[in-house]
Amino acid sequence: MALRVENLRIYYRTLRGYVHAVEGATFSVGDGEIMGLAGESGCGKTTLGHSLIYLKPPMAYIEGRVFLDGRELPIWDMDRMNEFRFRHISIIPQYAMNALNPTRRIGPLIADLLATRGIDFRQILPELQRRLDLVQLSPEVLNRYPFELSGGMRQRVVMVISTLLNPSLLIADEITSALDVSTQRAVCEMIVEFRNRGFVRSTIFITHDMSILYQIADTILVMYAGQLAEKAPVEAIFRSPRHPYTRMLIASLPRVGARQRVERLKGIPGSPPPLLDPPPGCRFRDRCPLAFERCQEPPPFVEVEPGHFVACWREI
Amino acid sequence: MLALENVTKVYRTGALGLRKLIAVSEVSFEIGEREIVALIGESGSGKTTIGKMILRLFRPTSGVIRFEGKDIFSLRGPALKDYYRQVQGVFQDPFASYNPIFKADRVFALIREEFYPRIRRSAWEQRVEEALRAVGLNPSDVLGKYPHQLSGGQLQRFLIARALLLDIRLLVADEIISMLDASTRIDVLNLLGDLRERGLSILFITHDLSLGYYISDRSIVLYRGRVVEMGATERIYARPLHPYTEMLMESIPRIDGRWGATSHRVERSAVLSGAFGCVYYPRCPIAQEICARRAPELTEVEAGHFVACHVRAEASSSAG
Amino acid sequence: MGSRSELMYFAWRNTKVRVGVLILALFVILAIVGPLFARHDPNAYVGPPAHPPSREYWLGTTTFGQDVYSQFVHGLRATFIVGLLGGGIGTLLGVCIGLLAGYRGGMVDEILNMFTNIVLILPTLAVLIIIAAYLTVRGILVESLFIGCTAWPWAARAIRAQTFSLRAREFVDLARMSGRSSWKIMFYEIAPNMLSYLFMTFILQFGGAVLIAATLDFIGLGPTQGISLGLMMNNAVLWAALPLGMWWWLIPPGAAITAIVGALYVMNVGLDEVFNPKLREL
Repeated sequence: MALRVENLRIYYRTLRGYVHAVEGATFSVGDGEIMGLAGESGCGKTTLGHSLIYLKPPMAYIEGRVFLDGRELPIWDMDRMNEFRFRHISIIPQYAMNALNPTRRIGPLIADLLATRGIDFRQILPELQRRLDLVQLSPEVLNRYPFELSGGMRQRVVMVISTLLNPSLLIADEITSALDVSTQRAVCEMIVEFRNRGFVRSTIFITHDMSILYQIADTILVMYAGQLAEKAPVEAIFRSPRHPYTRMLIASLPRVGARQRVERLKGIPGSPPPLLDPPPGCRFRDRCPLAFERCQEPPPFVEVEPGHFVACWREI
Repeated sequence: MLALENVTKVYRTGALGLRKLIAVSEVSFEIGEREIVALIGESGSGKTTIGKMILRLFRPTSGVIRFEGKDIFSLRGPALKDYYRQVQGVFQDPFASYNPIFKADRVFALIREEFYPRIRRSAWEQRVEEALRAVGLNPSDVLGKYPHQLSGGQLQRFLIARALLLDIRLLVADEIISMLDASTRIDVLNLLGDLRERGLSILFITHDLSLGYYISDRSIVLYRGRVVEMGATERIYARPLHPYTEMLMESIPRIDGRWGATSHRVERSAVLSGAFGCVYYPRCPIAQEICARRAPELTEVEAGHFVACHVRAEASSSAG
Repeated sequence: MGSRSELMYFAWRNTKVRVGVLILALFVILAIVGPLFARHDPNAYVGPPAHPPSREYWLGTTTFGQDVYSQFVHGLRATFIVGLLGGGIGTLLGVCIGLLAGYRGGMVDEILNMFTNIVLILPTLAVLIIIAAYLTVRGILVESLFIGCTAWPWAARAIRAQTFSLRAREFVDLARMSGRSSWKIMFYEIAPNMLSYLFMTFILQFGGAVLIAATLDFIGLGPTQGISLGLMMNNAVLWAALPLGMWWWLIPPGAAITAIVGALYVMNVGLDEVFNPKLREL
């Protein structure tokens, strides 16, 4: 298993107390797997993704263990994590196109970054050029300033930089949300390509857009209000979802071919519970049409079919 | 009801205002009664600018926007207020539309002050409650609260309720869904459809084609400030004629099928087509020589289906 | 916790604000209550000249035998009045001009900008000397007016910039679509959003006015009658208070001005942290 997460609990420290952002997450991502991490805003997916690589205040590590390729990641210790960052685990942040220092040319920027990891820029240059070519960027780009490139080009540059050292795990945080439809597709296809060519072993693709995950993910992990709801291969999530939340979510997605006058889709009434002092048990309880007394107790995240995990008392 | 005639908006940028940014170029279309028209475009297409011009927030550089035959920019005083009584808008960011230091209800109070100064309090409260119920909100849940105490979906509905207080005939909805969560989106979308049944027309501005397909009767596709294709939604999606529309259809992530092979991707220098050629020339896979020299006009290739493309218009007329 | 009480919590928790408010309150109380204890008219020659602080004269006497304590507390009053009036006029002018320029933009903005720039580079001292030449009898009112009318430009600039950014916000569009007139929008939508900024502007104007008044008084361009802290310092230096060892004449007014203006500025920095959540430390 490339990544194994056990019982991870990450809260946010605020003036009014702890916000229970991620509550007891246990899952794994296999070698070569592209796992989509999906959910609505505030469900904890971004917190989960960031905690694996850059856990800084106001995020607070409460408990849990993370293993990458068998080695434990000291995610609570920012300094010790330095050894893993960029080399074994890497991240493409949201609005990556704005993540480049506008006052430096791209080549020297990369050289500096590599120097902090003790790698000689000139040695890696041929590989870098190959990768730039793969994403349809000319090596000329290294001599340019970020503002000379378009948004889509900057996005691709950041993607190349993040995967340059062939990390075992890549976390892609909402990398498509600010992009146009055509660039979105190109970026998604690049993520798959990186995996196919072995530049990246496993990927966690964080997004709220389920339809993109249908296109490129192998498995999807659905989160709701800080808890894991369901994890399954992508076809299973879309064709036979087992958690009530997933079912209602899939049913509410408009697809080309569905018109309101013909087939009216339904949303999920209500809104997620506040995470400052969350209700005990399953947090989807209040909006769930299938809720019963047992739901007061938090359901365990168990494998009900090979590779298909659900946290719902109705399904166990 | 509403007609845009050759509306153009040009911004001056650069140090001495010497450079021109053409946000909207010669756009013409109409919106009739009881229909939802989707204005589709990506960033930079000019769709938001058009929406704001219809709401009289920006002034077009040239061209006319007519409401019931009258130029909306010639309206003053009571006639202007009358316009806003019939045309209103809702924007993308629900939180930005509220003045953060006041309660959310204030948007209703503004309407009352400006449009119904003499109405009695009980009558007004009843009106407000009716409007809130019509958008699916429970009055006791949402009245008397500050914006940060309500969710994005509730805030958007609140704004739609505000528009309903005025008995409007046209609602300009600029990307109102994009900042909402998946589970709330469909409810707000359904609400728009219900409003159409009540007699409202809606200009639904979006970049998300699947939403446009779900809710709209007609669609207008914009690219870089120009209309490239226009027609009944079902026709456009079933048979996209313009290469840009085709590219959009290909690139939407769908949940009923995987992405197929991409059509031939092209990138040419924009200098070749310059100011006179077709706006899509630099990226068009089927471009011909005439496309670089002359911008195509919107031609009707089948009933109600217009396209601005030399090649496709030609092909359709010779085929049909 | 509502947003207003949250603000109060942070305001009080902030040491800078606390310290600033306390120091200011001290002087305000002194300015209000102090003169009640002054037994002599500030400018009257009542006591032995150049006497150090004693039980009879709490802050000693000047070279001419005037009661320094009486001068001090009356001068404090005058200083506060100038600060309030001058600062108030300056803020009002700055806000109105800044709001108008920022909201209307275009030609209105250009004209107001030009006007602002002209006032900014006006050599205030030269103008004041000319005014002094014409108005041989001047009071606090004239001084405040003058300070207010020359100190507003930078406030106008800052407010104009804020207005620019607020003007593009969507709630302003919503107000326009509700048929609100420009004036109503400026004062009821935009200005309330800048309340913290307006407050801080007033504080700075107040402090600035006090300082300018002290300077003007010090060089003799202040009010022709009455007493103020600056005037005290003027006289003290003129009559060689320090070389003669009469520290009680020079130090109290100087220290008071420094403390008041310093407290105001420190309070301002603290308030910036209060109003801007990003600067807060948890």
